Amino acid sequence: MSTFVLLTVTGVGLGALYFLIASGLSLIYGLMGVLNFAHGAFLTVGAYAMWFTESKLGGVAVLPRFLLGSLAGLVVGAVFAALVEYVLIRPLYRRHIEQVLVTVGLALATTALVVSIWGNDARPVPAPAWLGETTTVLGAHIPNDRWLLIATALVVLFGLNAFLRRTRYGLVIRAGVENRAMVTALGIDVRRAFTLVFAIGGVAAALAGVLSNVYFSTVDPSRGTSLLIFAFIVVVIGGLGSLRGTAAAALVVGLVQQYANYYASSGLGDLSVVLLLGLVLLVRPRGLSASFA
Amino acid sequence: MRNVAIPVVLFVALAFVPKVALDLPVLFDGAINSPGTLQLLALCLVFGGLAMSYDLLFGYTGLLSFGHALYFAIGVYLVAIAITEWHVGFYSAIALTAVIGLVVALVLGAVSLRVGGIAFAMVTLAFAQAGAILVQKNPHGWTGGEEGLGVDYTKLPAGLVGIFNTKNLYWIALVYVACVFAIVRWAVNSSPGHVWQAIRENELRVEVLGLRPYSFKLISFVLASFLATAGGVVYVLLLGGATPEVTSANFTLTLLVMVVIGGTGTRWGALLGGVLYTWANQRLGDASSSHVVSSLPSVLRTPLQQPMFVLGVLFILVVFFVPGGLARIGRVRGPRSMQRLQEAVQR
Repeated sequence: MSTFVLLTVTGVGLGALYFLIASGLSLIYGLMGVLNFAHGAFLTVGAYAMWFTESKLGGVAVLPRFLLGSLAGLVVGAVFAALVEYVLIRPLYRRHIEQVLVTVGLALATTALVVSIWGNDARPVPAPAWLGETTTVLGAHIPNDRWLLIATALVVLFGLNAFLRRTRYGLVIRAGVENRAMVTALGIDVRRAFTLVFAIGGVAAALAGVLSNVYFSTVDPSRGTSLLIFAFIVVVIGGLGSLRGTAAAALVVGLVQQYANYYASSGLGDLSVVLLLGLVLLVRPRGLSASFA
Repeated sequence: MRNVAIPVVLFVALAFVPKVALDLPVLFDGAINSPGTLQLLALCLVFGGLAMSYDLLFGYTGLLSFGHALYFAIGVYLVAIAITEWHVGFYSAIALTAVIGLVVALVLGAVSLRVGGIAFAMVTLAFAQAGAILVQKNPHGWTGGEEGLGVDYTKLPAGLVGIFNTKNLYWIALVYVACVFAIVRWAVNSSPGHVWQAIRENELRVEVLGLRPYSFKLISFVLASFLATAGGVVYVLLLGGATPEVTSANFTLTLLVMVVIGGTGTRWGALLGGVLYTWANQRLGDASSSHVVSSLPSVLRTPLQQPMFVLGVLFILVVFFVPGGLARIGRVRGPRSMQRLQEAVQR
């Protein structure tokens, strides 16, 4: 029982991480039709910015150091993502394949740049001691960082939802997802929303980077790419452009991965997620492809 | 057959390369017929062929796959595993690889082609990732995990072993790339080939004409994957072992980089892209330790020591400023094939 509880909470925590990455991907695709391969690079950049800031603040106490590092990660992630949109994506307006290709090139180049500066090895990231301790729930000793993951993802989910439903910018974004030409025809500069959506995606990805630093207690250059692939799977299962679908799919993928890894055999979790994707496609190919139209 | 003379002359000329003792100091480290240079040239040829097989999917059929690495890796790993771990004979190992490669391509192609456009790209990526995970997990110690797996050279034919026989491997790579060139040329000019290009242009219209795009796309997928598997076999013979890099998602992305730099939907472009990319990747790595680079300030030096950074930036520049790829410079104004592809994916 206690193992099951631990697996469930960890699975939900992992799902929270996937959701943070996938939500940005899904929004960007929904609004702009860009499949953003550089999303993993946003994560990497955010994660390294946090680690770098923390390593520069050697004398500061752990908690402020951690918070400042996280803040730096988020800011750098947002600025980087907005810059990418402004400099690289915008000139290729309406040329989707080229936009995808540019993000592919950017993903490769950014990872290589990070490797060239800080090397391939994982580096330890200090975090407050509380995050390394465990809380006992129903007899299971659950590491506290899981709660942080889940809480952050919930805040992002509700925050994004509120932003999309209640604010004027959210309205423009939702309208843009549905019919971009019409929004432009009404005299609204939808391109500003593009930059905004990229920045939001960048913050969410950087947040995932910061939290993955906590979860793995290290930072390394290849994590962005490997998490991005699972985020892609989540996005396909959940349906692009839908926040709730993404959240549900992230939850399912995280849980399936944890359960299969424990109850079947270690390593089967990743494979079973891919299998799940195959199954979803077999059962509902029309339903899924319809949401891509 | 028109224009058949140029490729024939080129491939025949390339066959004499191991006899040339010329030294090209900047382009290659040693003389052209030295084993090191021959191996690099053979590697370039293998990737040229692989890039052409990818272009069959991406450039001719309009299918943006991110899982092409999987089929290459099947060739690389199955031959190595069959020979070293299962103690199968050399030729049976190749036959076995061919059969399994075909079956896997058929099954996974049948599933992933149920969706189109960007979803197809993601699904192929996921399947390829499953392959990468399988190799990492090292079931029964077969794949060697992160360290990779060397081929047991005592089981190979004597002509393929040893540094003095690099020229034989070079010729095998040349035969491979010539075969891929001929097959791709024949396939895109056949009647299914015309349908592929029609699908790339306008899939709905193909459907309205009473053809099933699905089966034609599957043929293209299986053919391209099979050619990639064959390339994997040549690759593992050339390098004498399998490493997990060939299974990674980045590997497919580099194929995409090759094809786009060279020019999509043109056999020569893909071939050129594959050859140039491989050569540049190798030489940039060597150049980074040269005097010119190491005398630069560290701000410039550090990124230049990563070939992937240079190539990634170059790739972005090509997408921005040379939209048709190198093969189209001075030929067509404007990125026509790109626009067609874009329409194919948008649907």
